[in-house]
Amino acid sequence: MTVNMDRRPLPEVADPITEEFFAGCARGELLVQECAGSECGHRQFYPRWCCTRCGGAVRWIVGSGRGTVHTYTVIRQNHAEPFRSELPFVVAMIELDEGPRMMSNVTDVDPETVTIGMPVEVHFAGSDDGSVTLPFFRPARSVSPGTGAP
Amino acid sequence: MFPDGYDKGQGERMAGGDRTPVIVGIGLSDAPIAPHLDGVGHHVQAMQRALDDCGLPKHEIDGYMGAGGGGPMVDDAVNMAEYLKIEHRWLDGTMVGGSSFEFHVQHAAAAIKDGLCDTVLCTYGSSLLTKSGRMLGSKGFHVPGQRVAGSSKWEAPYGNVLIGSYAMAAKRHMHEYGTRPEHLAQIAVDTRYHASLNPNAMYRNPITIDDVLDSKMIADPLHKLDCCVVSDGGGAFIMTTAERARDLKQSPVYVLGAAATSSHWTISQMEDFTTTAAAVAGPEAFRRAGLTPADVDVLHFYDSFTITALLMLEDLGFCKKGEGGPFVEDGKLRIGGSHPMNPDGGGLSSCHPGMRGIFLLVEAARQLRGQAGPFQVADANVAIACGSGGWLSCLGVVLLGNQAPA
Repeated sequence: MTVNMDRRPLPEVADPITEEFFAGCARGELLVQECAGSECGHRQFYPRWCCTRCGGAVRWIVGSGRGTVHTYTVIRQNHAEPFRSELPFVVAMIELDEGPRMMSNVTDVDPETVTIGMPVEVHFAGSDDGSVTLPFFRPARSVSPGTGAP
Repeated sequence: MFPDGYDKGQGERMAGGDRTPVIVGIGLSDAPIAPHLDGVGHHVQAMQRALDDCGLPKHEIDGYMGAGGGGPMVDDAVNMAEYLKIEHRWLDGTMVGGSSFEFHVQHAAAAIKDGLCDTVLCTYGSSLLTKSGRMLGSKGFHVPGQRVAGSSKWEAPYGNVLIGSYAMAAKRHMHEYGTRPEHLAQIAVDTRYHASLNPNAMYRNPITIDDVLDSKMIADPLHKLDCCVVSDGGGAFIMTTAERARDLKQSPVYVLGAAATSSHWTISQMEDFTTTAAAVAGPEAFRRAGLTPADVDVLHFYDSFTITALLMLEDLGFCKKGEGGPFVEDGKLRIGGSHPMNPDGGGLSSCHPGMRGIFLLVEAARQLRGQAGPFQVADANVAIACGSGGWLSCLGVVLLGNQAPA
């Protein structure tokens, strides 16, 4: 699957939280939220106004962009474009090295070779009108441990 | 507002009587293929048949519940209450997908016990097959190029389909517990056997495990025959007090225990892809009923996909977590087996117009009355109905029996 942005359903970016996340993507950064409370430390995805564990305020951290496939499926039937033209493709839950999971595609890979536990790394693709940049994942070229800025 | 002779006093009509909540009337509309009805027509026909079934006059209904599903402002609870002209003093429009009706039973049971209302109607109707064809599970959620709001904005760009969400749960279950495609296929095979006994089922030709595994892969590891059918259909049931049920046409089906909760809505927020909220609601429903899984004679599980039913077997305690695959291997789920499941043919082979939860309750009541004809389970005294709404998101568990609770 190569990323075809034409006619892809896009997120509505109309609130400050969503805006901040996708501004990060446009800079090439995969942002993750962390609880701002000194004792909680919870990290989460998708981004929200509050920490889902304690209800307190959150702050952004720049994620490593690395993770592993927690579970996945190979979509072999989707009647809506642009997906119909890209069959078969991989929809996966990516467990980020920072902890939270997010849905994405694993691209640049033969779907038959994807496995649970496979290390992956983020890459980004901008919409044709330049308004949104989306995170996608592909098999990691080199596996380096730890977290932090890429 | 109320017809002549109608006593609208709060709880006065049956005060002092036995307020144990019971199901007294059930009805199904024409199914599985009914091009002569629209969704609202299914609601109406099912209501008429439920009223005929128990002999209650319509004006005695003083509560209504429904989940809609036919589009905004079409057949949601308040619109259907208006359309049917139900003079209600209690209304529940809980809409959590296909399990909404199990949530409704929990709510109505409490409302009836508390005297908020006496006699509650629940209806559902859908012309999904006639209106939309067979592509529900793989047509994609969004129109090309659409801007998506809310929590699904974090999923929409990636082309997942409804089946894909269940497929990810199945994939993880296989990874953690060694569950095999043959195990899931066995559930489809046993359910199809039941459908072969039901003249109103959509697909009645028996199938084999190989038939399932050879059917088209839709979203790995789920094949076409791991997926429920798309049909038309509707259902209705009427709940009242044990007191009012005494002189009605049918013997009552008692609500012994009910519980319902959700663990997420969008699939990407499911924390444990091998465990649903039935692991919470199930034990609570059993505790309220004073029963254990060993007491259940017939299972009505929302089999949207084979994996859905397998997870329920584990989460409700019929077997241990991870052991669902081997558990289903030896025919336990068939009529005559130890755990007969969906004897009507279920969503996998009989009827699935979009939200199957109401059929679980209607079919369970039919079994407990001994009126299921060619697919009757012998000595069915306690039944469980477990609905799943959304994407393994909202689980409602109802225990029903044909004897009054102790």
